Amino acid sequence: MSDLVSDNLNMVFNVSTGGTVHALKDVSFTLKKGELLSVLGPSGCGKTTLLNIIAGFIRPTGGKLELNGEEIDGPGVNRGMVFQQGALFEWLTVAENVAFGLEIKKTDKAIIDKKVDEWLDIVGLAGFGHVPTYQLSGGMQQRIALARCLINDPDLILMDEPLGALDALTREKMQSLVLKIWKETGKTIMIITHSVEEALLLGERLFVMAPRPGRLHKEYRLPFAEQGLTQDLRDVKATEEFGETREEILTMIWNMEEEIMGQV
Amino acid sequence: MSGYSGFIVGFLFIALIVACIFATIYGRKLIKTEKTDAVFGNPTKALGGWHWVVTGVSFILLTWFYFSWDAARAFNPKSANELCQIAKLDYAVNPIRTVFPIDDNYLRGTRLLQREEFQLAGLEGKIDALGLNEDKKAYALLIIESMREAMNSLASDKNLDPTVRENIAGIEERINTLTTNMADPSFPGAPTAKQIELAENQGAWGDPLNEIPLHPASPRGYKFDAAAKEMRSIALDFGRIRNTNAAFLAQVEEQKSRLKTFNQLTESATGLSDSEISERNDFSKTLTRVLRRIDDGLIFPPTALTGIEAALVALDKEQRSQQGAVSLYASLMMPGGSIDAGTSNCSEQGSGRWLPKPSDTILTLARISDPEIGYKGFPLLWYKMKPVSEMIGFIVPDFIVSLVPGEFPRHDETGLTTSNFKTSVYNFATGNFDLFSVPVPAGHIWDSLLRVLAGLFFGILLGVPLGLFMGLSRFCKGFFDPLIELYRPVPPLAWAPLILTIFGINDDGKIFLLFMVAFAIMVISARTGATGTALSKIHAAHSLGASNRQILRRVILPNSLPEILTGIRIAIGVCWGTLVAAEMLAGTTGIGFVENVARKQSDYEIIWTTIIILGLLGLIFDLIMRWVINKVIPWRGKG
Ligand SMILES: Nc1ncnc2c1ncn2[C@@H]1O[C@H](COP(=O)(O)OP(=O)(O)OP(=O)(O)O)[C@@H](O)[C@H]1O
Ligand SMILES: [Mg+2]
Repeated sequence: MSDLVSDNLNMVFNVSTGGTVHALKDVSFTLKKGELLSVLGPSGCGKTTLLNIIAGFIRPTGGKLELNGEEIDGPGVNRGMVFQQGALFEWLTVAENVAFGLEIKKTDKAIIDKKVDEWLDIVGLAGFGHVPTYQLSGGMQQRIALARCLINDPDLILMDEPLGALDALTREKMQSLVLKIWKETGKTIMIITHSVEEALLLGERLFVMAPRPGRLHKEYRLPFAEQGLTQDLRDVKATEEFGETREEILTMIWNMEEEIMGQV
Repeated sequence: MSGYSGFIVGFLFIALIVACIFATIYGRKLIKTEKTDAVFGNPTKALGGWHWVVTGVSFILLTWFYFSWDAARAFNPKSANELCQIAKLDYAVNPIRTVFPIDDNYLRGTRLLQREEFQLAGLEGKIDALGLNEDKKAYALLIIESMREAMNSLASDKNLDPTVRENIAGIEERINTLTTNMADPSFPGAPTAKQIELAENQGAWGDPLNEIPLHPASPRGYKFDAAAKEMRSIALDFGRIRNTNAAFLAQVEEQKSRLKTFNQLTESATGLSDSEISERNDFSKTLTRVLRRIDDGLIFPPTALTGIEAALVALDKEQRSQQGAVSLYASLMMPGGSIDAGTSNCSEQGSGRWLPKPSDTILTLARISDPEIGYKGFPLLWYKMKPVSEMIGFIVPDFIVSLVPGEFPRHDETGLTTSNFKTSVYNFATGNFDLFSVPVPAGHIWDSLLRVLAGLFFGILLGVPLGLFMGLSRFCKGFFDPLIELYRPVPPLAWAPLILTIFGINDDGKIFLLFMVAFAIMVISARTGATGTALSKIHAAHSLGASNRQILRRVILPNSLPEILTGIRIAIGVCWGTLVAAEMLAGTTGIGFVENVARKQSDYEIIWTTIIILGLLGLIFDLIMRWVINKVIPWRGKG
């Protein structure tokens, strides 16, 4: 079984001003291969922390985390990461950025070229290989980040608000792209977002997290991602079911935010 | 000076003025278009127009300042000769003028009386330190008081000797006559044949041997030359007038003998402390000096010389009006300077001195660029053939000789020495063998350049990695930061004397000094670059499988390039500055050395040449760095 298994994950930060922050408390879940998971929650509920732990950038203070039966300790090529702002290397061209992971692996030059072309084609940037990345728009940069991550063929793709900085139209196109890639590659994808609509569209499963301490609040199983593969995304959004679920979750998060405000 | 160069200078002069005007007009136009897209563009606040007006005007002024002497030489080559004659008169009047409060606040007599009174009062105040008994103290005070009386007696008009009075009147009259003569158009009459011959056979203004032709060659010139001659003789006679009289001289003699007595008392006295002896010696020495100065008879009654003063003023007025347009011409064409006369020559002073003609500077540059000439026996930018064997000898360490088994040969019974293997190795290691030669750079510019490049090279080589590590590792930062912060704040030149002593005044010391400068700058810039790397980029590289080393080389290093290159750019500038100063401090080659020698010899053309060379080198370096920055980090500021 190639699953991501999280068992009673805990993360407590020591704050430099003294005191501690309980960023994650008893987070347990299992993510099966090929599942598309979106994570939603009010700001500061520990979404990024959870992702960073899975990516291996930080170690949890308690609990266990396994991928494909192996415990995660440190970053690895089997988990790819896409950041909000692309985190591209400006000193490299588009093709060199995409090829970065393969270069590290010392892959054959001809193979690299071929794969880079393939992936640029998939993300819709064929012919942009030689362009310096700083000359590209935000949407294009996100596509490159996606290609750079996917070319490494990771088992699990982690995305931290990947579409957060894009305008509505580009965002919709990118959402389709993510769905398309999910469908075609069958990768396990975990995606953090602030947009409820996006979470509904890009999640077979949806975790809603609650803050203070950060924990899993509620889980949904949703049909919209599957529908989005065959239908226009706008049609999916227009269905009654979509609207009802959206309202339910919005209310839930709204209440959580109210609670936080009340505490403060 | 040929007609051609006059034409060229004139053309340049006009062309530059036209260029200035066009630059100003064009600049104004530019400002108008750029108002809309400037970064901090608040169009109403763009004072660009004024900027250009100021730039343009000062450029014109500078050009004028710089070329005016050349222009004067080209357009009016006779003017210098005429100004020289005027300067001669000025020079001749000078000895008399200094007596009066014309360039000074006080009459000379007033100043002398004040000074001597100050001295005497000082001695009076110190009289208790001499260890004198009451009698002797009274005697010393008597000497002081008598000298004061003698001195002051000169200031009284009724003590003025009739002959002296007569002489003063004579001088006054001669000056007045000269003034009248100057006003007379026929003075001094037609030039003599000898004068004409002299005028014709002297060179022109700007000839290398006589800077300015000395002999008068124009009517105005003859007039001023004759006036100067007469004035010299008047001044000589005036200098001979001494205000003394019999009573005064007797007084002086008496004080002299009293001082002698006082000295004898000191010599015969016993039981004096060391300080008392030296005080007494000072006392009598000072008094002797005061006495000698009073004796000169340069103190006159306050109003005795007013006649001469008035005559001088009248003469000055007359000679000014006789100068006519040429004085206006001088102030226009010789800004910031003038033509001065000395005892036997005339010379250009002021900007004419320290602002050599552009043409002369270029010629000097061309002359010392010739590798055969160079400066101080060393070319500026050339090469020399260096035997390869010497270089090998330099690189191969000498100690390998001692590693070779065996001993050096000894001479045999016949007195001969046969070389053995060890000798050969020794010759090899010390470069004592024949091989072909290769050209290596040699010259002042090369030396400076190579020093800067070597210092920079080592600074970058060691500074960048250390800076990057300091940016990444707390241990590195904690360990090296205090060390670097200990030496970095000290101005590099403050280290120079120490470093040059330790490493020698030649290349080693200077390169080490520059290394220190470049190293600190590179460490700091590389560190800033490394700490400035976005965490997400490092994370991205990590999850793409990069190891720590790969991240350092492929992410952190390129990410720090903008800071590193900026650091290099700054380091180049600071290194140049430090090097030139260090070369001035010590050494026998390099641009700074050249400039320093030229400074000591007041060779302004060489100084300007070095300034031009340094400016050009700086410009070239900066252009290269700009080009490199544009090529290497085009993403800067766009990430
Ligand atoms: N390195 C750290 N040191 C101390 N506290 C931290 C650190 N990283 C995160 N935290 C705290 O942990 C909590 C969760 O942070 P996290 O970044 O995971 O939130 P998030 O859900 O991603 O928020 P957002 O939606 O705004 O991105 C916050 O209260 C934050 O202050
Ligand atoms: Mg976050």
